[in-house]
Amino acid sequence: MRGDCKLQVARGAGARGFAPALQGVFGASILLLILVMLSACQPVAPGAATPTPLVLASHNSFSISEEVLTAFEAEHNATVQVLTLGDAGEALNKIILSKDAPLADLFFGVDNTFLSRALAADIFEPYTSPLLEQIPDELEMDPEHRLSPVDYGFVNLNADSEWFEAAGIPLPQTLEELADPTYRGLLVVQNPATSSPGLAFLLATIDYFGEDGYLDFWRSLKANDVLVTDGWSDAYFSHFTVGSGGEGDRPLVVSYSTSPPADVVYATDGRTEPASVNIFPPGSAFRQIEFVGVLKGAAQPELARRFIDFMLDVQFQSDIPLQMFVYPANPNAALPDLFVQFAQTPADPVIFDPTAIEANRERWVQAWVELMTE
Amino acid sequence: MRRTLLALLYALPILFLLVFYVYPLLAILRVSFSVPAPEVVSQTLEMAASPSFWRVLWFTTWQATLSTVLTVLVGLPLAAIFARFDFPGKGIMAALLTIPFVMPTVVVAPAFLALIGRNGVLNTWLQASFGLTAPPLQLEQTIGLILLVHVFYNVAIVIRTVGGFWSNLSPSLGEAAAALGARPWQIFHTVTLPLLAPSILAASLLVFLFCFTSFGVVLILGGLRFATIEVEIYRQAVSYFNLPLAAFLSIVQLGVTFTVMVIYTRMQAGLSRSLRRRRRSQPRRPADLRQWLLVGGALCVTALGVLAPLAALVVRSFTLGDPGLTLIYYQALGQNLRQSAFFAPPVAAIGNSLLYAAATLAISLPLGVIAAYMLAQPRSRWAAVLDPLLLLPLGTSAVTLGFGYIVAMGPLRASPWLVPIAHSLIALPFVVRSFLPALRALDQRLRDAASMLGATPLRRWWTIDAPLLVRALLISAAFAFAISLGEFGATLLIARPDRPTMPMVIYQALSRPGLINYGQALAMSTILMAVTAFSLILIERFRLPGEEEF
Repeated sequence: MRGDCKLQVARGAGARGFAPALQGVFGASILLLILVMLSACQPVAPGAATPTPLVLASHNSFSISEEVLTAFEAEHNATVQVLTLGDAGEALNKIILSKDAPLADLFFGVDNTFLSRALAADIFEPYTSPLLEQIPDELEMDPEHRLSPVDYGFVNLNADSEWFEAAGIPLPQTLEELADPTYRGLLVVQNPATSSPGLAFLLATIDYFGEDGYLDFWRSLKANDVLVTDGWSDAYFSHFTVGSGGEGDRPLVVSYSTSPPADVVYATDGRTEPASVNIFPPGSAFRQIEFVGVLKGAAQPELARRFIDFMLDVQFQSDIPLQMFVYPANPNAALPDLFVQFAQTPADPVIFDPTAIEANRERWVQAWVELMTE
Repeated sequence: MRRTLLALLYALPILFLLVFYVYPLLAILRVSFSVPAPEVVSQTLEMAASPSFWRVLWFTTWQATLSTVLTVLVGLPLAAIFARFDFPGKGIMAALLTIPFVMPTVVVAPAFLALIGRNGVLNTWLQASFGLTAPPLQLEQTIGLILLVHVFYNVAIVIRTVGGFWSNLSPSLGEAAAALGARPWQIFHTVTLPLLAPSILAASLLVFLFCFTSFGVVLILGGLRFATIEVEIYRQAVSYFNLPLAAFLSIVQLGVTFTVMVIYTRMQAGLSRSLRRRRRSQPRRPADLRQWLLVGGALCVTALGVLAPLAALVVRSFTLGDPGLTLIYYQALGQNLRQSAFFAPPVAAIGNSLLYAAATLAISLPLGVIAAYMLAQPRSRWAAVLDPLLLLPLGTSAVTLGFGYIVAMGPLRASPWLVPIAHSLIALPFVVRSFLPALRALDQRLRDAASMLGATPLRRWWTIDAPLLVRALLISAAFAFAISLGEFGATLLIARPDRPTMPMVIYQALSRPGLINYGQALAMSTILMAVTAFSLILIERFRLPGEEEF
């Protein structure tokens, strides 16, 4: 029957006779689609009360322990769907663009370099979590509590201590020394136009050398054969001697103060001490803070607020260090031994005004790019 | 009724493109230009007047042109070898040459540097054998490296589309020319090349569009000095959130794409010739030592150029940070080291990737075939609209379209279905471009003869058209599959970390420090290569029953 029908249509298509081909392909593809659809469908779990769905949007680096997430879901009879939207900048922009029809109930991952953009876009609902009392005041940057601090970290220089020991060269003590011939061709940094640690380090040098002086410093770094990569991964894994497992030839890298413990956690040779160490020449470390907020128009605002409480509470906060390799904002959280031992914090980090960053980012970065490519 | 049915069928690809390409694109452009007009105009004028804008536009265009020429020059001889000769391991070789297509730049870049970087294998060897003090090859962050890697990535497009078409050429014309005393190069120049021209042009167009919108290669290997329009769009849209400027640049990019396509269509129009399929040239073993040397030599050079970087990557996945062989990175892939809620064992990631790739095939093949049939009709009303529309997605900035999805796609934004749909947008031009030349080459006289002899249209299609078309369809299937397997998608789409694909696992591993993470990225890249090669070999194996008769 079906075959007859096919033939008729085919004849009807005229002398060209393309139709049977199309129908065959079409039928086969519908079959394939149905198959794919069937396999994509997941059975609905039978349960007494249907759990409330909560959607958390974040950047690609968001991570959480299974156990911790399940604890929240069980306590609030909720299912948490996490969506990742690209790197920190991309993710925030997508959230801003979806303002009229929010993608999620809450967004985690606004850092202080994007804070003013996020607040100006008017996308967050104020919420003063009772847990904020436990968080140090210096981490709170929005008096209206649209954004609450969850974690912080430092962008700073990492050095390959074994390399420097073997070469008999002392670790650099000041930023100016990096322009010294002793350190020629040793440093790899990231492009501030495309990389968040790259921007952080540039901002640190602007703070330290001033708006009139930072370009001169970078000119001297350029003369001293600094290597600029597009992002952190390429700098760390392709060029940094420690990160690349010995293939790279740059023993100094712009990274994070929490990279050395990762070097131990993710070691392959059973080492108990990292090969990379933090160095903090004055004015070289930049403090990054990451914030979370309830999105305006959230489908589940109440549950979103509970999730923020949960994120600021000790269980989630203690999970942060080894999941995302940053420091928990809540000082009551337990720090793993490795962090205590190897993830030192700089005594006097650069703390930059977010408004100044948003206002000048393009101008500063553009001037830097022009200098480095001239 | 029949006409309506056919019209409905023909409307499908257009509808697909309108809903999943034109609509989101227009939506994001509208949002971008919703700022007060004077501001937009002055900003746009300022940018259009700045020398850096013209520098970027010029660089993007000439590097893409040069990359395309080089890719065709490298690909053509290989296409000839694949079309004309049969040799051991041919299918595997063809699959291997397509692997670069799916590899993330971020893992390919170090592999290249390990070979030809300052301290790479080649430089070390040259220095040692010629007693040089400085490394003779200084390719890092140069245009030379960008071009080289563009050839590496895209040569498969030429080998597959031209080679597939070439193998359908009947040898009779060439043999006739030879009998009349033409020399081999004369035959190539006056007979083979004109016949191949449509497929060479189609392959060049695809390569050009890929290089024109090059992002990762230019960013990672080019350093600061080089920026394509795509890179500039990313900076404006993401770093500075300057949507009007990003939109302006996207339109410029589309404008160039459109111009190139118009030129292409003009050139293409006069080139098609129908091929009589009296018999197909059967690939044969090289006849004598000279031919063996030729084939062997060409394959060795290719192996060095394309396979060496991939091999370097595989080797590193077994030896990273360890003097001997180690499997720890593969073992680590199967362990949830951080007790992460988003952990997926490699099997799950492979499964997710294959599922998306299968769905991409299911969407892009039928739509592409319908579109190709439409375009192949003489005086088709639809062709004028459909032809450029099909190719524009390749010339569209991923960031822009991704933002467009956010603005326009409503509840579908976070749906896993958007993944194969977006992949299909990129795969569709491949399906159409490799299917269309084969379709146009069908010999109408043969089909008329079949009809006169009483063959039903279906039978006629099955015995005359299908064998010729199936090869082309398989080639496009391979591309559609590979495109989907390799697409990272976070820029374009919303990712669900609880359902990671292979490329997502690679990027996840590369986002935190530690040798295990780097090793896992390399190990997953190796698995991605293996899965790709295996799938492509399977696709290539597919034959119509009775096809061997030809």
